[in-house]
Amino acid sequence: MKILVAVKRVIDYNVQVRVKEDGTGVVTDNVKMSSNPPDDNAIEEAVKIKEAGKATEIIAITVGEEKSQETVRKALAVGADRGILVKTEGTVEPLAVAKALQKIVEKEKPDLVFMGKQAIDDDCNQTGQMLSALLNWPQATFASKIEIKDNILEVTREIDEGLETIEVNVPAIVTCDLRLNEPRYASLPNIMKAKKKPLEILNASDLGVDTTPRVQQIKVEEPPKRKAGIKVANVAELVSKLKNEAKVI
Amino acid sequence: MSVLLIAEHNNKEVRPFTLNAITAASQIDTDVHVLLIGNNCGDVAESLSEISAVKKVLQAEAAHYENYLAENFAPLVVKISENYTHIVSSANTFGKNLMPRIAAHLDISQVSDIIKVISADTFLRPIYAGNAFATVKSTDSKKCITIRPTSFDPCETSGGSAPIEKIEPTEEFKSSKFIKREEVKSDRPELGTARVVVSGGRGMQNGENFKLITDIADKLNAAIGASRAAVDAGYISNEHQVGQTGKVVVPDLYIAVGISGAIQHLAGMKESKIIVAINKDGEAPIFSVADYGLEADLFEALPQFLEELNKLNSIQK
Repeated sequence: MKILVAVKRVIDYNVQVRVKEDGTGVVTDNVKMSSNPPDDNAIEEAVKIKEAGKATEIIAITVGEEKSQETVRKALAVGADRGILVKTEGTVEPLAVAKALQKIVEKEKPDLVFMGKQAIDDDCNQTGQMLSALLNWPQATFASKIEIKDNILEVTREIDEGLETIEVNVPAIVTCDLRLNEPRYASLPNIMKAKKKPLEILNASDLGVDTTPRVQQIKVEEPPKRKAGIKVANVAELVSKLKNEAKVI
Repeated sequence: MSVLLIAEHNNKEVRPFTLNAITAASQIDTDVHVLLIGNNCGDVAESLSEISAVKKVLQAEAAHYENYLAENFAPLVVKISENYTHIVSSANTFGKNLMPRIAAHLDISQVSDIIKVISADTFLRPIYAGNAFATVKSTDSKKCITIRPTSFDPCETSGGSAPIEKIEPTEEFKSSKFIKREEVKSDRPELGTARVVVSGGRGMQNGENFKLITDIADKLNAAIGASRAAVDAGYISNEHQVGQTGKVVVPDLYIAVGISGAIQHLAGMKESKIIVAINKDGEAPIFSVADYGLEADLFEALPQFLEELNKLNSIQK
């Protein structure tokens, strides 16, 4: 079994994101970038499957600017065998990413494609489902547990009501929840080894994928600020405020 | 212009966020048609037709529509999409799973999780866990949109008499199979729509201690929430998670107990009307969004809180 894992480079989840004063976006200069957290779960799951002897190769792929290859290198350092960067300029929408991934899937013919359930920057939650549609493959989204039974995956999905279990035939797309597993850290020797693993760089235009945005970003602004609150001295004061001032109990 | 709204339901009744989505849809255009895809869902069709904002109900029934698999739903939506300028659903796990599959089939760049309709092609949506709001304009001729349910009021459920039109089902997608759904049944209000939410975090230390939270929730007729840390630690099940990757809630009162207030948690609750934080760490970021902060050990504060609520009750009686 061959697994393709899609990863994305995003502003680190610990960074307090700031809006640019001219309203054109958020500040990214000198800001720490990392791999999208649920993509780490996607890589981890693929590596675990390979370690269990059920997969033969893991390919890590990203679609983005030149620097995004850092994220692919990180995936190589935790166990992916080779990497692909599909190079693009500027904003790339999930639909365009899905189209680029489709081209790679057609070429590489993986049995499974894993990725995080959403990227923590644009919070779109689209790419996996879109890729499934383009390939007409089954989709197992928001996965918190995956069991492989020959050519069928049994996937537990986190839904609003609780948990749902579905079975999908391979080939399939799985989008991963943060609870799927505990991603490992890359060891220093593995980080060094990852530098020697093959990383192929392609241009989106060479794949025939048009990445021109279809959704224009007109402006980006700060959300309305909450008014500063107060500290109360004790529980009795809290209850009194809730009852008499806020009138919510 | 006509808007196609995809209803979420359980074949017996309409799920509440459908009503919020109908409100959003009717802000785009008043000609709102609701698509009901299910199995033996006649009662749902009836109740949808009674909604005054709904102009027509389209109903497709088949055994393979019973469990809302996106692989079965999407081709039907695509088939009837020609007559519509907008396709809308809620940005909960139902709509998040389904809409991108429809959008990709139609070659449309979806606009996810909008919180405001500015015009028929321009919308406001939060990005970066709600730390920025983006105004975006879709240039596709047809739009696929998911709406954040808590940002739109539920529509009126009566006053209408829309016609119900039956449509032919599409074929079953054979490579995906529903196995089971484990829903946690509870008498409490639903987390997404509750007026009061009491949430616990890592500070609760274990699952048994959540009893302190449930006691207070019982008193306040509240839903129970949790931070990701509490869910990851196994204190409470996943459907309680509030935050960027969990649920977004906007109750009148949100009580955060033993929750430090990571950006990702704030993303799910900071639009609440009144926020209370109870935490022993006075520097915890949760205090920066709290209207009322109580710096205290939750194991002392919660029993006292319960006692004060009991006193209030006895006065009111």
